[in-house]
Amino acid sequence: MTRTPRRKAYGVKSAPYVFLVPATVLFLLFFALPIGYAVHLSFRRTEVKGLGLGKGAREEIWAGLSNYTDALSDSELLHGALRILGYGAIVVPVMLGLALLFALLLDTDGLRLRGFSRLAIFLPYAIPGVIAALMWGFLYLPDVSPFLYVLDAVGLPQPDLLDGGPLYLSLANIAVWGGTGFNMIVIYTSLRAIPAEIFEAARLDGCSQLQIALRIKIPMVAPSLILTFFFSIIATLQVFSEPTTLKPLTNSLSTTWSPLMKVYQDAFVNNDIHAAAAQAVIIALATLALSFGFLRAANSRTKRGDSR
Amino acid sequence: MKYRTVAVSTAAALAATALLSGCGSDDGGDEPAASGPASLTYWAWAPGLDKVADIWNKGPGKEAGITVTVKKQASGDDLVTKIITAAKAGKAPDLVQAEYQALPTLVSNDVLADISEEAGDTKSQFADGIWQQATLGSDALYALPQDSGPLMFYYRQDLFQQYGLTVPTTWDEFAETARELKKKAPDKDLTTFSSNDSGLFAGLAQQAGAKWWTTGGDTWKVAIDDPATRKVADFWGGLVKEGAIDNQPMYTPAWNKALNTGKQVAWVSAVWAPGTLTTAAPETKGKWAMAPLPQWTAGESVTGSWGGSSTAVTNDSSNKKAAATFAKWLNTDPTALAALVKEGGIYPAATAAQTGGALSKAPDYFSGQPDFYTEAAKIAQGTAPAAWGPNVNVAYSAFKDNFAEAAKNRADFGPALTAMQDATVADLKKQGFGVSE
Repeated sequence: MTRTPRRKAYGVKSAPYVFLVPATVLFLLFFALPIGYAVHLSFRRTEVKGLGLGKGAREEIWAGLSNYTDALSDSELLHGALRILGYGAIVVPVMLGLALLFALLLDTDGLRLRGFSRLAIFLPYAIPGVIAALMWGFLYLPDVSPFLYVLDAVGLPQPDLLDGGPLYLSLANIAVWGGTGFNMIVIYTSLRAIPAEIFEAARLDGCSQLQIALRIKIPMVAPSLILTFFFSIIATLQVFSEPTTLKPLTNSLSTTWSPLMKVYQDAFVNNDIHAAAAQAVIIALATLALSFGFLRAANSRTKRGDSR
Repeated sequence: MKYRTVAVSTAAALAATALLSGCGSDDGGDEPAASGPASLTYWAWAPGLDKVADIWNKGPGKEAGITVTVKKQASGDDLVTKIITAAKAGKAPDLVQAEYQALPTLVSNDVLADISEEAGDTKSQFADGIWQQATLGSDALYALPQDSGPLMFYYRQDLFQQYGLTVPTTWDEFAETARELKKKAPDKDLTTFSSNDSGLFAGLAQQAGAKWWTTGGDTWKVAIDDPATRKVADFWGGLVKEGAIDNQPMYTPAWNKALNTGKQVAWVSAVWAPGTLTTAAPETKGKWAMAPLPQWTAGESVTGSWGGSSTAVTNDSSNKKAAATFAKWLNTDPTALAALVKEGGIYPAATAAQTGGALSKAPDYFSGQPDFYTEAAKIAQGTAPAAWGPNVNVAYSAFKDNFAEAAKNRADFGPALTAMQDATVADLKKQGFGVSE
């Protein structure tokens, strides 16, 4: 008789840990371990002696912080960061602005073809980034682009969409085209979660649709706006496939256009895993700092708003 | 043969970097206890190689008890990294297909075995310029040449006739032809300078006599910014600057269209160009002709090469002798070479196989030139030696970035060449190689 309760107590105590084991194991194996290994690699480097041919010519040695100082003093990485800053300054506001607008429009009363419109706006998100970039690349290239053909036919000047300022717009356009739908769904879902009574009350008080949208809907979906902003920042910092796919089409995109392209270049083309690891760690830290910095700022504002 | 891959991965770099070195590659290490005493794995990308391996497995391989399994790979820089990573884990495959310019990198990472003892006797079957790329100019032999890509001049016969152009035999004439065409048809270009194609630029520099990497004692000497290459860079930069030729990269949809519609009327390319034309310019069938590459000095017959690969045996192979035997068969045996040409569409490096067999008939788009491959073989004989070093990939990336900028701005190519030289030297020094100025 006395055994059963004791066993029960033991079981209850250990149960959370037992349930946690699979997740912890997976986390350690596929998340913590690779990150740890990348950090380890970033502190090492290969040293070659003489001609570097044959056995024993290469040795992996401790590099201290040299990979990090190299990365931080590398102007290409800095320029890459500035480039994606400019890119992000276009993508994030445009994409989220459109997503919010579409979500609000879809949420308007008496809208027809709601399901179809929602699907149509969301659909580009289902197209892999590489395919989207290939397709848009085709549409941008002077000799094969239908847009430029039309411009030419009506006698307007044809801008070079793959150079200078227009290049940023072209790249941003791919991201906006692909990402708006997803962000719209997130915002739209939280719009649908707002209780109907609130709108009813607002209408009884004489609010127009526009006023409802501005004064009720937008403030109430602020958390999802913050969430989508957060995702968008991370996606911007990690931009890789679009510029990589467009690169062979133009002289204006270098092999190290974005920071992640530089990491890829060092790891897979220049065969310098150690430098690539250090840069990856720096990018990860910058991403963390930026995104959590933003979250904290957003939170403190919300709190201030509450206390007001 | 030249294959383009758009190497794209959206995986987070952090994880990718870690996984790359953490897990290595598993598919090289499985050595099933197959029937014979030796079972070899072969990483390669040439199409149809598995069929050629089948011929071996059913014929000579069966007798010798050596079975070869081909594992299809993507070509290019990624494969070099993959092989090096596998070798670090001690799991490299027995045989690898490697581009000539990757050989020093692989040797420098101690991946490739010296097979001079097993296969050194095949020297006479290859052009000197090709053979030397497989030995790195040493007594060792790190690979057997498989295919080569001697450079030639391709042009639209009909359009040359229409505009009254003559086929240039020297680079001076080439420049004149470009200008003449521009005068007669301002919307057309003789060709384009492509900042995407480092291999073509390397081949053109080779023809001019450049030796980008050489060794002296215990140090490397990098001579990318040497008089020969500068001559080539200034020549093309000059043409781009004055607007005589286009400045957009090759292998884009726009380039395909330019070839297909005759907006570009010529192409400096390698022997494998007919294959590319078939897909890029389907409406130009039968309108093309091939001539030797224009020369720097009239009357010479020197060419460079663009692309080409070799078969190498790795140090991880448990049976190097068997692997070398297969590599030798694959690249010198008439049956194997005929199959390589037929199944893989390659242009063999072995001189004897460059005419006759599947190559006795001119390629599809060159029906007016029945002696296409006889001519090509003659041109191939004049392939200038190439001198590759342990960081060709770094030099190639520097080429792409710096020449793209210069071509875009139609500016002088001189500074771009200097930047390419500097980046290459800086990388060698950073890695610890001995470098002499």
